[in-house]
Amino acid sequence: MFANLILLIGITLMYSTPLIFGALGGVISERSGVTNIGIEGMMVIGAVAAATASYFTGNPWIGFLAAGACGALVALLHAVASVSFAADQTISGVAINMLAPGLALFACRRFFDGAAMTPIAPKLPKILGESGLAGTAFANLNVNVTTVLALVFTVIMWFVLYKTKWGLRVRAVGEHPAAADTLGIDVYKVRYCCVILSGMLAGFGGASMTIAIIAQFTQTAISGHGFIAMAAVIFGKWTPFGAYGACLLFGFTQALVIMLGGGDFVVPSQILSMLPYAMTIIVLILFVGRSVAPKADGVPYVKGSR
Amino acid sequence: MSKLEKFLRGRFAAAVVAVLVGFAISAIVLAAAGYNPIGSFAALFNGAFGRPKYIANVIIKATPILLTGVSVAFAFKTGLFNIGAEGQYILGTTLATIVGVKLNLPMPLQVPIVLASGIIGGAALGAFVGWLKAHFGIHEVITSIMCNWIAFYLCNFVVMSDAFHKPNSTSALQVNGSSYTMILGNWKKSPDGKAFLKGIPWLREIVAKTDLNYGFIIAVIVAILISVVLTRTKLGYELRAVGFNRDAARFSGISVERNIVLSMLIAGAISGLAGALTITGISPHTITLLAAMESYGFNGMSVAFIAACSPLGCIPASILFASLIYGGMSVQQVMGAPSDIINIMIGTIVFFTALPGVTPMLADMVAKKRKEQESIKVSKDGTPLPEKEV
Repeated sequence: MFANLILLIGITLMYSTPLIFGALGGVISERSGVTNIGIEGMMVIGAVAAATASYFTGNPWIGFLAAGACGALVALLHAVASVSFAADQTISGVAINMLAPGLALFACRRFFDGAAMTPIAPKLPKILGESGLAGTAFANLNVNVTTVLALVFTVIMWFVLYKTKWGLRVRAVGEHPAAADTLGIDVYKVRYCCVILSGMLAGFGGASMTIAIIAQFTQTAISGHGFIAMAAVIFGKWTPFGAYGACLLFGFTQALVIMLGGGDFVVPSQILSMLPYAMTIIVLILFVGRSVAPKADGVPYVKGSR
Repeated sequence: MSKLEKFLRGRFAAAVVAVLVGFAISAIVLAAAGYNPIGSFAALFNGAFGRPKYIANVIIKATPILLTGVSVAFAFKTGLFNIGAEGQYILGTTLATIVGVKLNLPMPLQVPIVLASGIIGGAALGAFVGWLKAHFGIHEVITSIMCNWIAFYLCNFVVMSDAFHKPNSTSALQVNGSSYTMILGNWKKSPDGKAFLKGIPWLREIVAKTDLNYGFIIAVIVAILISVVLTRTKLGYELRAVGFNRDAARFSGISVERNIVLSMLIAGAISGLAGALTITGISPHTITLLAAMESYGFNGMSVAFIAACSPLGCIPASILFASLIYGGMSVQQVMGAPSDIINIMIGTIVFFTALPGVTPMLADMVAKKRKEQESIKVSKDGTPLPEKEV
């Protein structure tokens, strides 16, 4: 029983990590007023970049950074479209979700002789090393270093958003860009920064899947994680800790699926697999209408317009 | 105004420019990766239109994405974002299979019932999302995505269930033959039909060698119908009013909640129909175990967006995307370039349709150039340049 509990916690933390990075990306972008449906695509790019860079350099940390850089690069596209060109942010995000997996697979096939997956790449370390706690009941608490990083990033983002001048500016731009503009805040610059940051975080999320949980990029490594992260953003009321909690809940239901699936339950595994998604809907119903998006979320800002 | 400028200010310009940019960017990507772009595009074109059979296959591929495209476009016009077309499509295939396997009526009854069950499946899922939005204020994007996955696993559950699983396979049982909607359905395989088709090679190629079916005709009718409903009826007016300005609609006595549910219900029904038509029209006439999303819903979004969410515009857009997707497969076979280039191309096209400012900007550039040239002409005649009006 105790061992099961520890295992449950371990799996929950493991599965929620990529989601947390993705959700943090969503929070920062939407807080500045730019809807980012493209999180999924940016995570895919991060996933392929991490595994590829880690494989070729032999250093998983370079892979991690490469994932952030490539995610940011894709996010730059979204920023150009949605900030400079006042594009429909939903459409631009959808486009990125088509473009990015295409680009990821194209690159993967180019680098690895037509294979749709990378070879096994070096993984990021676990917090207590490969054999930390091995043999004890707590072995499953030796989580990936990315799990800790996710928490660190959440705390940093909370601090920046709520305790610094820059964070206040971000929130002002997301709520009322025109008012922020009259106070001398460069709305475009803030939004560019936030969208690029969101791509970087999403890229990290992809990396924490392909060089921490598994050790390679596959076509299905990121399948819907970005969208679930988006759900977590809304469920978490656009706050870093709210999103973190939402991701934990989602990871927990996924861990339940794994634990129950292996047991002697009569429920078929396919029905069990619906649990995380059904649970999200139920939880959202229970917290009816209490999540309010940043006021200018998804609305392009055109200087001088009323 | 010159012809070019007029075109750039027209309604099709954005789509055409986006497609051209899509081709240009994929050419650059191909060249950078060391593949011949011209050869690749030739292979693409040849793979999509090179033979009558290919054209038939493009039409077959276009059918589901035309319907999911219309579904997304319709919802978008009413202020909702139907990212759930994928799940509605999957549920449509699932329910159509269940009914098609269990029921065996004469064809004139069977086909409408099977199609209707798919429609009901999609509509129910859509309406559920609409209901969650109308009554609980939960964003439809989130619930749609969750419902996509629920439909996904429900489909796999049906495939693997004792009642429907086809032994030693990864698929469910085939629906009964009376549910088929192929053109010349069973006749084309009969001795009479074979003998007849032998005399007309092109017809034989598109009918006997493919699953050409009535689906595309139905889809086109649906697109026209939805266009009429949106622009010519009270229902369409109310739905658009709710999408355009919710508060104003409420003030004028329109029930916002009812219209949100209704809009998602109709959008879901259209996507469900797409799923049902896939089951009745294309072999293997059943659902198979899904490993990843089928992308019909997501491709539908691309179709809708390049059509600027006009249901009628979805018709050419679906043909375009179907030819890219189908022809793209031969790019890999002929040139060895990864067929994923097609996703890059489609993504680029959709990306550029999202930029509303591009074509007016180009039009301004053309206009400026023309004015400059005109002023040069004038000065050559020896007359003084007119004062610039500000």
